[in-house]
Amino acid sequence: MKWISRKDRAREVDRAGWGRTAGAAIASFIYFFPVLVIIITAFKKHTDALAVPAKLFPDFMGWLVPERLTFTPTLENFVSVFSRSFTTGGAAQDTGFDLFFFNSIFIAGSSVLLALAIGTLAAFGFSRYPLKGNDTYLFVILTTRMLPAIVVIIPVMLMFRITGLAGTYTGIILLYTAFNLPFTIWMMKSFFDELSPDVEDAARIDGSSDRGVFFKICMPQVVAGLAATAVFGLILTWNEFLFALLLTGVDTRTVPVAMSQTIGGDIGVRWGLLAAIETLFLIPVILVTFFLQNQLLRGVTFGTVKR
Amino acid sequence: MNTTTAAHSSAGKLLAFRWDNWRLALLATLIGVPLSAFVLPNFAAVVATCILGGLLVITSVVYSWTRHVGGLLVAPAIAVLVVMNIFPLLWSLGLSFYNYRADRQSLSFIGLRNYERLLSDPVVWERLTTTATLVVLTVAVQMVVGFLFALLFSKQFPLRRYLLILVLTPMMLSYVAVGAFFRYYYDPTFGLVSQVVNMFTDEPFVLISSTGGAIAAIVIADAWMWAPFVMLLVLAGLVSVPKHLYEAASIDRVPAWRRFWSITFPYVKGLLMLALLFRTIEAFKLFDVVFILTDGGQSTETIALYVYRQAIQFNKTSYSASLSYILLFTVIVLTNLYLYLANRRTKEG
Repeated sequence: MKWISRKDRAREVDRAGWGRTAGAAIASFIYFFPVLVIIITAFKKHTDALAVPAKLFPDFMGWLVPERLTFTPTLENFVSVFSRSFTTGGAAQDTGFDLFFFNSIFIAGSSVLLALAIGTLAAFGFSRYPLKGNDTYLFVILTTRMLPAIVVIIPVMLMFRITGLAGTYTGIILLYTAFNLPFTIWMMKSFFDELSPDVEDAARIDGSSDRGVFFKICMPQVVAGLAATAVFGLILTWNEFLFALLLTGVDTRTVPVAMSQTIGGDIGVRWGLLAAIETLFLIPVILVTFFLQNQLLRGVTFGTVKR
Repeated sequence: MNTTTAAHSSAGKLLAFRWDNWRLALLATLIGVPLSAFVLPNFAAVVATCILGGLLVITSVVYSWTRHVGGLLVAPAIAVLVVMNIFPLLWSLGLSFYNYRADRQSLSFIGLRNYERLLSDPVVWERLTTTATLVVLTVAVQMVVGFLFALLFSKQFPLRRYLLILVLTPMMLSYVAVGAFFRYYYDPTFGLVSQVVNMFTDEPFVLISSTGGAIAAIVIADAWMWAPFVMLLVLAGLVSVPKHLYEAASIDRVPAWRRFWSITFPYVKGLLMLALLFRTIEAFKLFDVVFILTDGGQSTETIALYVYRQAIQFNKTSYSASLSYILLFTVIVLTNLYLYLANRRTKEG
């Protein structure tokens, strides 16, 4: 017989049957519908995306619904995300989204790695070697993350203009590192705080150095946390808009900024293209939501709520 | 006698050429940098400053290597935050006492006049009211929808894990994408919302044409995106309710609403409060969705968007800096409250 602790039994979740599944399925489907429409739009030609009544069904479902509600799926939008030409019937246009995708991945990747390296060290420090006024430091650090971006951006823009960092990769990566640090520190601290100190004490008695304790005892135990922190950091950075809008140049523009500028275009918005970009981003997001479901709560509250 | 030996040894400590003697390095830097700036040519002065600064960093690192491990570990993070956040914030605090404009050279000290001006500016109060309306509405909708979804998912049932993903996805999308696509859905001609409405009336339906409609449009988009957040927190509370309490209640035939108020609610209360505060802080900063959906039209300009306009489009750098300090103060108060509640909950749990 599997041994269950009393606490576990007390907290065991009530079970419900397929009736609940049906209800939840309907509610979830309605909630997910706007995302579903994005995915469907990604496979539409430009004219189909603007059709009235809305064509919501691909043509292989034609036996289910009247023909005027179906469209022929196309991969044209996905191709034009990565190739540098796009036609809406008129002259070919440069989307440039291959560059913007590269920028987003490069900028988010480097700043998250940097923040992870610096932030994990700091989190370990805050967790194991509390300074005088430790809580004050942590509070100030969290506050910098909670601030409206516009508050920070005004002086940062002046600073970047003087140092010539505006529009460069270095500038935006540095800023995003600072943007990710509070989140990384709080997340990693919450993971370090959970480790049992007994193992570390035992290792110390056996003559392990501080560095040995950190690399050989603590780090292996928080690898999952490290991964979760990195992934949340990547999503947060990828989605960030205002810093990128004001501090990236033509060559360093990120995907959200490029998307927002597409909306302001004069030839009409290319909804199919936008939808394709968003669909490409949906795949990693859904994978993350699935595999990190247990860390999701901690991730969205910056590690302040564990369970 | 004791004092003389102490003085002796500290003088000896100061002058010893050792890698952990940061005091000597500091002294050398303080004397050497200004000196080199006067004596040496430009480039050499920069090199000398770099060498002395490097020496100072190395000696302090060596010094703290065994003595102040905690300080050493957090130093790089603090340094990055000071350079990219704290220093700019102090700079903008300084600027808020001047009448600086990014497009002009003139600069004169005007004391607290910026703050006087913005507190008596009816436009600022109008923007604050708009923001407050949006915050109250969007947070209320998020709490209700999130709570209902949490109740739905609070029991274990087949396929729960997969259905949960569908509900949680909106939270992970970018503001720009959500804003853009809600604009697509609200479009007067081919938007889905207007098509549904047109089934009942023949008049063209433009949601974003009136203030009420525009606010509803923003609230729906933002609440749709963030209700899963509330759900996630409430769910954590619901799952933590010990099952035997319900069993006892059902033996005593406690009515359902009573069971909810005296068993479920106390377990959810703390997390609900955290969700409320967290969402309030985030909604207070509402910028991206409004920027994309209405761009502040139909009097939906939030305070964050107003500061953006003043700073970026009208170049009123000092004025917007002082305005942003009001935002900063509000967020600090709210964050403090949030952390107080979060800590209290951790200690109780």
